[in-house]
Amino acid sequence: MARLRAEVLVIGGGATGAGVAWDAALRGFDVVLVDRADLAIGTSGRFHGLLHSGGRYVVKDVVAARECVAENAILRRVIPQCIEDTGGLFVTFEDNDPGYGDRFLAGCHTAGLPVEEIPVAEALRMEPVVNPAIQRAFIVPDAAIDVWKTVWSLADGAVAHGARVLTYHKVIGLHTEHDAVTGARLRNELTGEELDIDAGFTINASGAWAAQIVRMAGIEGIGVIPGKGIMIGMNHRLVNTVLNRCAMPADGDILVPIRTISAIGTTDIRAADADEIPVTQAEVDQMLAEGERLVPGLRRARALRVWSGVRPLFQDEKAGGAEVDTRDVSRTHAVVDHRKRDGIAALLTMSGGKLTTLRLMAQDIVDAMCEQLGTDRPCRTAEVRPPRNEDGRYYQVGSRLAKREARLLDEQLICECELVGRERLEETMRARGTINLDDIRRQLRLGMGPCQGGFCIYRATGILHGVGRLSGAQASTSLLAFLQERWKGVWPILYGDQLRQARLDDWIFQGLLDVEHLPETGTGAPAALLEEEPIPA
Amino acid sequence: MAAETGHDVLGELMRGSLDHCVKCTICETFCPVSNVTPLFPGPKYVGPQAERFRVPREESPDASLDYCSGCGICTQVCPQGVQIAEINTQARAKLRKRTGFRLRDRIIARPDLTGRLGTPVAPLANLMLHSRLPRRIADRLLGIDERAPVPAFAGRTFQAWARKHRSPPAPRRVAYFHGCGANWYEPDAGRRTVELLEYLGCQVDVPRGQGCCGLPLQSNGMFEPARRYVRRLTRRLAPSARHGIDIVGTSTSCTLMLKREAREILGLDDDPELRMVSDHVYDICEYLLMLHDRGELRTDFQPLPLTVTYHAPCQQQGHGIGKPALDLMALVPELRVIENDATCCGVAGTYGLKTEKYEIAMDVGAGLFAQIAEARPDLAVCDSETCRWHIEQATGVRTVHPIEILHRAAGLSGPGH
Ligand SMILES: Cc1cc2nc3c(=O)[nH]c(=O)nc-3n(C[C@H](O)[C@H](O)[C@H](O)COP(=O)(O)OP(=O)(O)OC[C@H]3O[C@@H](n4cnc5c(N)ncnc54)[C@H](O)[C@@H]3O)c2cc1C
Ligand code: SF4
Ligand code: SF4
Repeated sequence: MARLRAEVLVIGGGATGAGVAWDAALRGFDVVLVDRADLAIGTSGRFHGLLHSGGRYVVKDVVAARECVAENAILRRVIPQCIEDTGGLFVTFEDNDPGYGDRFLAGCHTAGLPVEEIPVAEALRMEPVVNPAIQRAFIVPDAAIDVWKTVWSLADGAVAHGARVLTYHKVIGLHTEHDAVTGARLRNELTGEELDIDAGFTINASGAWAAQIVRMAGIEGIGVIPGKGIMIGMNHRLVNTVLNRCAMPADGDILVPIRTISAIGTTDIRAADADEIPVTQAEVDQMLAEGERLVPGLRRARALRVWSGVRPLFQDEKAGGAEVDTRDVSRTHAVVDHRKRDGIAALLTMSGGKLTTLRLMAQDIVDAMCEQLGTDRPCRTAEVRPPRNEDGRYYQVGSRLAKREARLLDEQLICECELVGRERLEETMRARGTINLDDIRRQLRLGMGPCQGGFCIYRATGILHGVGRLSGAQASTSLLAFLQERWKGVWPILYGDQLRQARLDDWIFQGLLDVEHLPETGTGAPAALLEEEPIPA
Repeated sequence: MAAETGHDVLGELMRGSLDHCVKCTICETFCPVSNVTPLFPGPKYVGPQAERFRVPREESPDASLDYCSGCGICTQVCPQGVQIAEINTQARAKLRKRTGFRLRDRIIARPDLTGRLGTPVAPLANLMLHSRLPRRIADRLLGIDERAPVPAFAGRTFQAWARKHRSPPAPRRVAYFHGCGANWYEPDAGRRTVELLEYLGCQVDVPRGQGCCGLPLQSNGMFEPARRYVRRLTRRLAPSARHGIDIVGTSTSCTLMLKREAREILGLDDDPELRMVSDHVYDICEYLLMLHDRGELRTDFQPLPLTVTYHAPCQQQGHGIGKPALDLMALVPELRVIENDATCCGVAGTYGLKTEKYEIAMDVGAGLFAQIAEARPDLAVCDSETCRWHIEQATGVRTVHPIEILHRAAGLSGPGH
């Protein structure tokens, strides 16, 4: 069996794990980052896209708010290319608690959050689709943050500092010796091969799966209750400023413009299993109804797809952990020190947190590691910019269109909706060496636009095959897997324009390409593409 | 952009309509410009696709958009109701704000101003406009292609004629919206319209001081002055509308502006005066055919043993009224009408005048020109003045408004007149 050696093993390639790998690598540790799948495919890849200003927490949780205020400013400085400087609006409605606006203002001041109240007319001028019934409007420095750009930038930065990243490597066991974790056994999820890592220290950044990991070291009593949140991506930017309902946090009260879409979300519902998070019709309905209050007419606008993620709610029996509403739990994070809690050294678990505070979380957990290791290496992530952020400029939504201008005459356009050209696609395929079109999707936004891959995926499949990485059978399987994955996100919102699109896509894939009867697919090809799926209750 | 207007942007208009695009590519197969030049990425691309990347607070990222001629064919053919051309026009306005408005565009977008300046000195102005050297200078300095057709100043205005003319009382009353073309360049066409309407039993009012409808400004991205022009024009036309008098126009793009474009593209839908005027505006052929459908049109036309071709210009097609000129000309005995099925002549208002676009415009029109050449007609017929000038220049065939055909068939004029 193959063996690897590292100073630090980071389990989980989400925002937290990537942040930890970057932080530790910058401090000079030799790091291996592993994920059971691709990077940012867990909660991070399924979040709402908001770089919190802190406004959401100022009334309820001033600690969390303060953290957001600080981290928002730092991330704007160090990863500006991952951020769109949208600004945020908090708007109150007549039927909200009338005192909330004032408490919100007071909370902003307490938390040190720069806020400005503007006349309603001005807010409506800024964002003309906002419900004209709003009563008050406040501006805060919310922003949109692209998680894939963020995670890949941090991971590449870590690699540039000597780290290794192993995707599709699942931790299936932890090695312990003398009450300390000494490494892990991994399984390559693509080949089935197993691999051992010897690690001086292990950081568990596996989010909603954290309890499963620590159980491998015999640690009991930590539970993670997944709290499911759904978001609906609307086909275009209905607003260009993050729009928040100014009230106690509730469902469907934020509309985030990010890249070419805007996402309405979210909910918070207890789920049984972090890996099984289907979206129900009732949830979609509720989300649209809430969205309609923020932006009248939202129901008539085109919904692109729906996705859901899970917030891990940590329950620690040793801390007396009674069950709580997942939203009432503080969103701030905590480092679980297993040496103190369980007598097991060289293992730390990150619990809670949010994407906005990923840097601080990484700093805290790496600080704790340094303390346990007895070394003093200062954190540098608040100053150093990871790759592709060096120019210090915010991301521009129009940048793809601008780049495309230069290549209009000589480069084939493969994904028309998200403007992915052939060269970039081939480069990425070569660099990633993946057989999974979905991995390419997350990196390039291939197939993420209005037609949801209807027109680009068969092209991309052919190219992937041609680039020489895939056999015919693999290519066919990858195509089907992609369609199946997209379909999951589309069927719950099949009405209006997206229904029409789905019909056309269906004609293309079933009618023209007869994808269900491709001559050679690998075994285990997904079932019928547009088979009627019962709507789960 | 709808953002300026306070519209329901999620409604059927403009930006919200991009949601309906299913990527079928039908618009691309019809776009006359993207079919002749790779410089223009096509309606699906610059419309519903690129619009998702355009953000008010950022600079316009895509200059290639400027190659859209604004002909509006894409909007007409889109089976899903995406307002592609309108999205483009709005995006172009923003683009032009960034790139600045060229002096040339400021000039050609104001036909009433050039008319006002040129008319008193018509002989000299015409000499300049139609001789080589000044045209070459204008080409190099301003970017107005030296080969492009420019109309000649008539030296007298239609308004001046109309002021002296007294329309005899008749059972039906209409107001005539003549547009800049008839006023400054083709006053005889304006006169013929009035004569024909009178012959057909209408008393014709010609509201004073009509000015320009603002369309050339709009299509050149100058929305604010365009809005001022529309408002002024609607003020002049509103009294007629208020009295329930229908307004007929011979310039089909200008009537479309009043009916629809000013409301949708300039975002003036809330203007009650414009809405009232809109409701009473007709393209003249549309109006006459409507009378005919009601059995109220005199049809005792004289035989006209001529062969003519008919090209329905894009803007006329934008009315969504079919091709009423064809039905009207069918009423004329012995007239042989050959319908052209090419979509666009290429000029698209002021587009084909521009040095960087003239050749594209000629390529776009090539199909139409070939059809006309092959038919060897006595006259070519087309409802829009800029298209007529362009076709005439490209084919050498005299090109007239359908009204002129009817005017002749009514015995009001003829080859001898
Ligand atoms: C619906 C929703 C909306 C949200 N919106 C926002 C927002 O707008 N702004 C914000 O700041 N925060 C938001 N959050 C919170 C934020 O998304 C999370 O805090 C953050 O993404 C957590 O990242 P993570 O890396 O800790 O977890 P994850 O991204 O879940 O990463 C854990 C990783 O561990 C891997 N893993 C699991 N088991 C194993 C194993 N055995 N071996 C190897 N790898 C394994 C998984 O594949 C996964 O990639 C939202 C959360 C939810 C649920
Ligand atoms: S014709 Fe309409 S639906 Fe089809 S691609 Fe063009 S804009 Fe989209
Ligand atoms: S308006 Fe005309 S030129 Fe412009 S995109 Fe549409 S069809 Fe093409």
